Amino acid sequence: MNPFSTRAPRSLRGVIWMAAAVVAAAGGLAAASLLPEGNPLHASVFVVSLAGKYLSYAMLALAVDLVWGFAGILTLGHAAFFALGGYAMGMYLMREIGARGVYGNASLPDFMIFLSWKSLPWYWWGSEHFAWAAVLVVAVPGLLASVFGWLAFRSRVSGVYLSIITQALTYALMLAFFQNGLGFGGNNGLTDFKDILGADLHAPLTRAVLLVATGVLLATSLLAARFVVGSRFGSLLVAVRDAESRTRFLGYRPEQAKLLVWVFSAMIAGLGGALYVTQVGIINPGEFAPANSIESVIWVAVGGRGTLCGAVLGAILVNLGKTLFTAWLPEFWLYGLGLLFICTTLFLPNGLMGLWRHVRKPPPEEVTPEVADTQGDEA
Amino acid sequence: MRRVRTTCLLAALWLGAMVLPGHGARADAFADLASPQLGAVTAAISTLAASPDPQAEAALQALGERSLFAAPDGSVYIRHGESYVEARTGQPPATVPEGLKPIRLNNRIRTALAGVQAGRDLLAPQPATRLRAADALYARHDPAMLPVVEHALAVEKDAAVRTRLTEVRAATILGQPPAPDALASRLEAVRTLGAVGGAQARGILAGVAGSDAEAPALRREAQAAVSRIDWHLRAWGVAQNAFYGLSYGSVLLLAATGLAITFGVMGVINMAHGEMMMIGAYVTWMVQQAIRATVPALEPVAILVAIPVAFVVCGALGIVIERGLIRFLYGRPLETLLATWGLSLILQQAVRSIFGPTNIAVQTPGWLSGSVAVGGMDITLNRLAILVFAGLVLGGLMLVLRRTPLGLQMRAVTQNRRMAALMGIRTPRVDALAFGLGAGLAGLAGVAVSQIDNVSPNLGQSYIIDSFMVVVFGGVGNLWGTLAAALALGMGGKVLEPTIGAVSAKIAILVLVILYIQRHPRGMFPVRGRGVES
Repeated sequence: MNPFSTRAPRSLRGVIWMAAAVVAAAGGLAAASLLPEGNPLHASVFVVSLAGKYLSYAMLALAVDLVWGFAGILTLGHAAFFALGGYAMGMYLMREIGARGVYGNASLPDFMIFLSWKSLPWYWWGSEHFAWAAVLVVAVPGLLASVFGWLAFRSRVSGVYLSIITQALTYALMLAFFQNGLGFGGNNGLTDFKDILGADLHAPLTRAVLLVATGVLLATSLLAARFVVGSRFGSLLVAVRDAESRTRFLGYRPEQAKLLVWVFSAMIAGLGGALYVTQVGIINPGEFAPANSIESVIWVAVGGRGTLCGAVLGAILVNLGKTLFTAWLPEFWLYGLGLLFICTTLFLPNGLMGLWRHVRKPPPEEVTPEVADTQGDEA
Repeated sequence: MRRVRTTCLLAALWLGAMVLPGHGARADAFADLASPQLGAVTAAISTLAASPDPQAEAALQALGERSLFAAPDGSVYIRHGESYVEARTGQPPATVPEGLKPIRLNNRIRTALAGVQAGRDLLAPQPATRLRAADALYARHDPAMLPVVEHALAVEKDAAVRTRLTEVRAATILGQPPAPDALASRLEAVRTLGAVGGAQARGILAGVAGSDAEAPALRREAQAAVSRIDWHLRAWGVAQNAFYGLSYGSVLLLAATGLAITFGVMGVINMAHGEMMMIGAYVTWMVQQAIRATVPALEPVAILVAIPVAFVVCGALGIVIERGLIRFLYGRPLETLLATWGLSLILQQAVRSIFGPTNIAVQTPGWLSGSVAVGGMDITLNRLAILVFAGLVLGGLMLVLRRTPLGLQMRAVTQNRRMAALMGIRTPRVDALAFGLGAGLAGLAGVAVSQIDNVSPNLGQSYIIDSFMVVVFGGVGNLWGTLAAALALGMGGKVLEPTIGAVSAKIAILVLVILYIQRHPRGMFPVRGRGVES
């Protein structure tokens, strides 16, 4: 009944290969960007920041794959965690500007002076310390996810209902962050960053280091995610995904398993958002838009749901396609994206990874015992 | 008869003016028209307006037409074509003095002149003209017009105009400076105005209540009247908000019923539902254009023609989508969600390519524009029409679901798909028709929305999340749930709006719905029974 593999991916080797490839690619590109201008292998600043953006998105895709591919929670609001992580890092970067802003105020960011704020709101406390920002980057999304997840999973909100309320969550956050009164720069968001840890954000070396850091953190997250889904806990997740009621009847607590993976996933998304902000240089409420969350789901679907590597691959490929498409044929990008949604769901239910496996080793005709109730426990 | 008596009365007034030292003042009034002080000019206008002298009227008319000229010595002349006459006498002067300058008009003088015109219109033969004049005088409540108002009141026969004039008199009386002997009439005036209500009366009464020169009894009375009026204004404000909420709720209802049906029958959330609404709005526009090009006489009813056309077009499109896309994704509601999202992107971009990215102008026919005042409320006709339309659509849908074989089959499939299939219901056909019905309803919603909102390729996006909220809040398979949820969300938002602002109200509603879903994971009216998911 379920088109996806009911087993957690056994191939640890594939994940290690993927992690190594990511680190190698990031490192190679970073090294290329440090070559002198005339060198044929020189990578421009634009390419480096683009690569950093793709890898950050790949972390978001990884987070989505964890909950959708393994716990069956179709989230339409994961960009909210991504953007929250971004805002947490953006706060630190804003404070790093210091007195170099337009208004030259050492303690207040420009937009606050513009809106005639007198002092920093309490939630900006400590934002001048990188360490605290690093804590917030995972803590804020994690906290929101635990509250939301605890409420939702405890009362067994599932399926389409859950998808819709995750979408409502990110939509509500978007509306809130558009408000000037919230203290996050309203419409413009946080931008015009100068330094990170004292290093100039526009210097090629800083950018190269950031790209490598993104690659390493993505690889680490990938391995961590593989560890989680490869464990007994991962098997429990898959059981919850495929037959939640039965798992409950067997004495497990599906809501706890879901909550754990949900919070873990939100933290990875937040980390991705933080890395995104350092390399793209802006975070604004548009990142909360429900369309972004849905797009991140399609990255996972293209790459292959429930494979981890597929999520990373899908995010990079789809975004690469988007960059090329919007440069060459801007009007046709939405047709392309729309067709991608439709064709992937119709013809590639297991994504590129599924296709790859199929090409390498066509599976024997799998005999799945018919489940009695086709309506129950749909993932 | 009326004319004769009017002339007699005016003559009496004039005699009074002769006896009082007013004659001299009137003589000066002509010269005052050229005064550099605005106060003097408006006072002169009031004096001249109350005067029966035909020259006074001629002078005021000339002032309004900018043909009144002032000589350097202060004498005033009216220009007729190329020649001048003396304003005071109406006779041509012996010599036209040098350096004549036109007397300038400004807003204050224009307003004063308008008041004079209104005073004259109070004696017009048509009651409608007199009522309009009374309204204008009420708005100005110029103390100098009191004699004119009193006179008009004395001769007025029409009951409605009389009532209005009484109110005008009250406002005028209160506009005069307080005098001890006028206490009774002022008290009476305060009571009259208190009964009239409205922002204008409130302003006058608040002035009386806040003035130290007034008698304490009068001030108390005025204060009480102000509080009463405030209460009324607030109550009407609440009613107005309730109407807005009802109106928004009806739009939500139209947008959500189709979504609720497809979700109920097939367990599928159609993310392209908003785009179906958008297409419905574009169909409305196309129908209007076609009718304008072929039979312009039918243009006012083009919107009525658009209703069935939009239903059929969107319904057919829905059936095509179901047959071409959705049916391959049976039993995978989340994948359907993604596929329909992709479809919505394609539809949006297609409409953008064909019709351009900007808003198109859908006409609102004359019989749907404008508003009616109900008490202190403004009921806009297009919103009222949508409210009625939503009610009719809901009623029609109820009939389809309860009284037709298709409705019976749809309800059966909603309750238990497999059992329904075993009983011989062709569930694929029911799915296709249900999806078509849902899309057609979205088309109807699009027709309605085209009358109150901008029509652009992004139209669907702005409604889709709110419609989702309605569906999950209300629960599926029960139209009453959709109705209750749409009205609750519409009203809730508009009730919160005045206190916390529009955006915060929206956020609050979203958060409330999210929290509500935690308590009731299947909405307000969940489907119960064995076929229902765990």
